[in-house]
Amino acid sequence: METMIKDKIKQVKKGDQSAFEDVVAFYQNRVYQICYRIIGNSHEAEDLAQEAFIRAYVNIHSFDTRRKFSTWLYRIATNITIDRIRKKKPDYFLDAQIKGTDGLDMYSQLPADQPLPEDEVESIELQNYIQEEIMKLPAKYRSVIALRFVDELSLNEISEVLDIPVGTVKTRIHRGREALRKRLRHV
Amino acid sequence: MACKNNNVYLMHKYLDGELTKKEEQQLRSHLQSCNACQHHFHELKRTVTLLKSNSHIQAPRNFTDRVINNLPKEKKRVSYMRWFKDHPVVTAAAIFFIFMFGSIFTAYDQDTQLSVTKNKNLIIQADNTVIVPEGITVEGDLVIKNGDLKIDGSVNGDVTIINGEHLRASAGDISGEIKQVNQIFEWIWYHIKDMAKSVFTLTYK
Repeated sequence: METMIKDKIKQVKKGDQSAFEDVVAFYQNRVYQICYRIIGNSHEAEDLAQEAFIRAYVNIHSFDTRRKFSTWLYRIATNITIDRIRKKKPDYFLDAQIKGTDGLDMYSQLPADQPLPEDEVESIELQNYIQEEIMKLPAKYRSVIALRFVDELSLNEISEVLDIPVGTVKTRIHRGREALRKRLRHV
Repeated sequence: MACKNNNVYLMHKYLDGELTKKEEQQLRSHLQSCNACQHHFHELKRTVTLLKSNSHIQAPRNFTDRVINNLPKEKKRVSYMRWFKDHPVVTAAAIFFIFMFGSIFTAYDQDTQLSVTKNKNLIIQADNTVIVPEGITVEGDLVIKNGDLKIDGSVNGDVTIINGEHLRASAGDISGEIKQVNQIFEWIWYHIKDMAKSVFTLTYK
């Protein structure tokens, strides 16, 4: 898979857009998940993931093909997501509160044509609850948690993506995991 | 619970996949004896499982299309290149024709100078008329480009005149054929025949 992506990236570097289509298709869910875990809102996550891919395309010439593409892509995605949080207006939090009261928001945001058996509702509510608990952590913890559990990045890779020392990554993962343990123990 | 701090640290190391063999044994034996830590460890593992279950978080349909539609336009050159890659036979044929006609036309256009097969007996006049003088016999084939030919003597071979005329004022004698090439297509045809001829000569030699 890595070599396939490498070849595609080389084509993209030559300006081939159709090769980039395959790259997007391959990474879209993981980038979207990372953005979602950090921002906690599906619309914004989509918007951010899209922007991440566009930036990756525009700046592809600055990507060193000897390195791992996913690391570079995730770095773009986490950077723009954290930037967005910094610029955010406080009215967003009203939205979050509404979500907490009924948990149906995600449900209504799902595409209508996706089949949704009754027994899945509970797990979606559970997932919403997990995300809410993640949102209570500071953003810098959320980005570490997102990278660690979406694509199971190693501590070294996370340190590279976020440009922070491995020791810091370790501390944040430990603390984040411990905090979530306390909050999710009753689930 | 004085035992906890160090063991919790080991649990996290375990979850990060960084535990050494020795530490793993230490943690294992402690977990067997300590209920509180066992419970803690179980909760941590469950938390990790919950965090990893994100299959429901999926990029919306058409996400890829939307990204592609929002990209800046790709360079024209690349889309041509891709078309050529998809149609290799057409590309090969096109390149062949470009080279072939290209070389022939350039050769045709550039040659406006008089050129004559080398022979010391020929007389070349200022008005681009080549004369085979009376009483002289030219041995071998004669090719004249961009000039007229007047034969008073005789030629022992074929005569080809390109972009010129054979002035028949006198009764010259040609033992071979006489060919006049004036039109561009004849010129091309002449070239092809010439090429074929030289190829066959090479093979038969």
